[in-house]
Amino acid sequence: MSTATFDPPIRAKRVLPGFTLSLGTTLLYLTLIVLIPVAALILKGAEIGPDRFWRIISSPRAVAAFQITLTAAAIATVFNAVYGLLMAWVLVRYDFPGKRLLDALMDVPFALPTAVAGLSLTALFSANGWFGTVLHPAGIPVVYTIWGIAMAMAFTSVPFVVRTVQPVLEDMDPALEQAAVTLGARPWAIFSRVVFPAILPAWLAGCTTAFARSLGEFGAIVFIAGNLPFKTEIAALLAYIRLEEFDYNGAAAIALVLLGFALILLLVSNLLQFWASRYHEVSR
Amino acid sequence: MSISISGLTKRFGQTDVLRGIDLGVEKGELVALLGPSGSGKTTLLKIIAGLEWPDAGQLLVDGADWLQLAAQDRRIGFVFQHYALFPHMSVRDNLAFGLAVRPRNERPGKAVITAKVDELLHFLQIAHLADRYPTQLSGGQRQRVALGRALAIEPNVLLLDEPFGALDAAIRRDLRRWLRGVHEATGSTTIFVTHDQEEAFELADRVVVMGEGKIEQIGHADAIHDHPATPFVARFMGATVELPVTLLAGRAEGAGLDLAALPRRALGDGPARLFTRPEDIVALPDPKAPWRIVTRTSNGANLRLVLRHPDLGEAEVDTPRRATAADALVVDAPVRLRIAFGTIFPDGRKAATATTAQPASISIQEARQ
Ligand SMILES: Nc1ncnc2c1ncn2[C@@H]1O[C@H](COP(=O)(O)OP(=O)(O)O)[C@@H](O)[C@H]1O
Ligand SMILES: [Mg+2]
Repeated sequence: MSTATFDPPIRAKRVLPGFTLSLGTTLLYLTLIVLIPVAALILKGAEIGPDRFWRIISSPRAVAAFQITLTAAAIATVFNAVYGLLMAWVLVRYDFPGKRLLDALMDVPFALPTAVAGLSLTALFSANGWFGTVLHPAGIPVVYTIWGIAMAMAFTSVPFVVRTVQPVLEDMDPALEQAAVTLGARPWAIFSRVVFPAILPAWLAGCTTAFARSLGEFGAIVFIAGNLPFKTEIAALLAYIRLEEFDYNGAAAIALVLLGFALILLLVSNLLQFWASRYHEVSR
Repeated sequence: MSISISGLTKRFGQTDVLRGIDLGVEKGELVALLGPSGSGKTTLLKIIAGLEWPDAGQLLVDGADWLQLAAQDRRIGFVFQHYALFPHMSVRDNLAFGLAVRPRNERPGKAVITAKVDELLHFLQIAHLADRYPTQLSGGQRQRVALGRALAIEPNVLLLDEPFGALDAAIRRDLRRWLRGVHEATGSTTIFVTHDQEEAFELADRVVVMGEGKIEQIGHADAIHDHPATPFVARFMGATVELPVTLLAGRAEGAGLDLAALPRRALGDGPARLFTRPEDIVALPDPKAPWRIVTRTSNGANLRLVLRHPDLGEAEVDTPRRATAADALVVDAPVRLRIAFGTIFPDGRKAATATTAQPASISIQEARQ
């Protein structure tokens, strides 16, 4: 006569309570804020039909806008890749007065409304601004050129590089570099063969996110770009203009292309990271 | 290469990490730096390697002033405590690193490097691991790769920081024997750091005991074990029982202590301190003695007794459980302590008047009953 048949089944208790609730909230939020808008955009695009869609995005003005956006974002990313790496290096490796302040300043582009950034950049670089008065006579106009666009993009996206590289650099075991030193490596060899490979995945990830962010930047650019169709009109602005003209399909098509770029970049970023950290994979 | 260190000091902020280190190491010698954590062993090793710089002192290697030399130019083989293998390089590339980064005009050709790496892989018995990455290796394998990487540059001096610290006991013993073999095969001057006495004594030609930034004693295993130069070394070597005694005409006396086994010595009269190991004490039942047994625990082979004296505090004794007298050693029994072996240091403040300026130390080796 065993009582065991009446024992309730044993259920492992989770150490952290609230798993269902917290996961549910997160998924709901993700759905509302990210998935539904993206799905709506895709549906809107699907409604257009492939022929029309192609006509919209291959119109000369749209192609020019995509070209300008991609070129400027590429310039901004190359700049940020170098400058962001340097900045992260300086913030981690050296001690100097004002270091904390500089570190905090690095977040300004995140915190500052992008319109404010655009306005101040325009004021600085316009023909009678502080920098403009020097650059303009020298034949380097920045405002209303692709350089202005690239600069605005670089300004708003540089923290992505700095803030992804910085923690990895901080966590690097100093013994690695010391080992390289005892093995006779000179500073450049230490950087290129030991330090850089260690931060490469983070750096690539930072650069791709910065690039994606640049593609979508709007507020900071519209002030400095001048927004001349075929010259300094970016894709996000063109979508906005289409929307203002109540051309929802036109806006959606352009937005979808931007979304496509962003997704491709995310994919590339993940593949690069996977490749760069391949030697971590096989363990355990 | 022979190393000669003198008057080396180093401070980090407010802490004196090295307080005047004088040390000579002969060519081809295998020396252990032994000391508790924080005694400055790693710092000393890093100064020799050129990874830290001393505040004062001299470091000569074969007569050349190494403090004028950058770490890169010293050709040191350094094995780090946690190996510091380059995680993104295969074992082969890790081993080749020191050769591959040489300036172009000194760099051996690709074929020479490959041959050298192959030779090392075989010598270290890790040929089957050549294409793995460090994360795919066990602790002992990483240790071998780390040593191989250091040996690849044919170092002048080999420095190892707690080489076996992170490994479990069985692998430690294996690697220890293996390292001894490697040292004998390469003949390189080697200094290794450890906080494990057994490791130091088993492996090294000479052991340097360090405490709080100073060298306390240099010598061979037996000498350090039997004749500790300072109370620090005595304690570090396991003489954890400290008893106050009085020296009178060269003989030590103490409450409830039978010190007849300790020979007479040339120390002035006055208070002194006896350092001894739990296993060098014999507890003898004696109704008139002031020591009482407080606890009695057995580990099978031995009894561990904790004894208490009303004024002197507690002392621990290890005694064979199956000895004839062991049955009488019950809790609360009064006992007298016969000290078979110990070291006596005169009390600091009296020492100056009683003996020479040098803190005297005399030890005795006595046949145990
Ligand atoms: N870079 C450093 N900055 C400040 N203090 C340090 C540094 N390196 C070591 N120390 C201090 O120096 C002392 C000795 O350290 P170390 O040489 O690592 O000792 P050990 O290797 O014998 O454990 C410790 O108290 C440690 O905190
Ligand atoms: Mg250490």
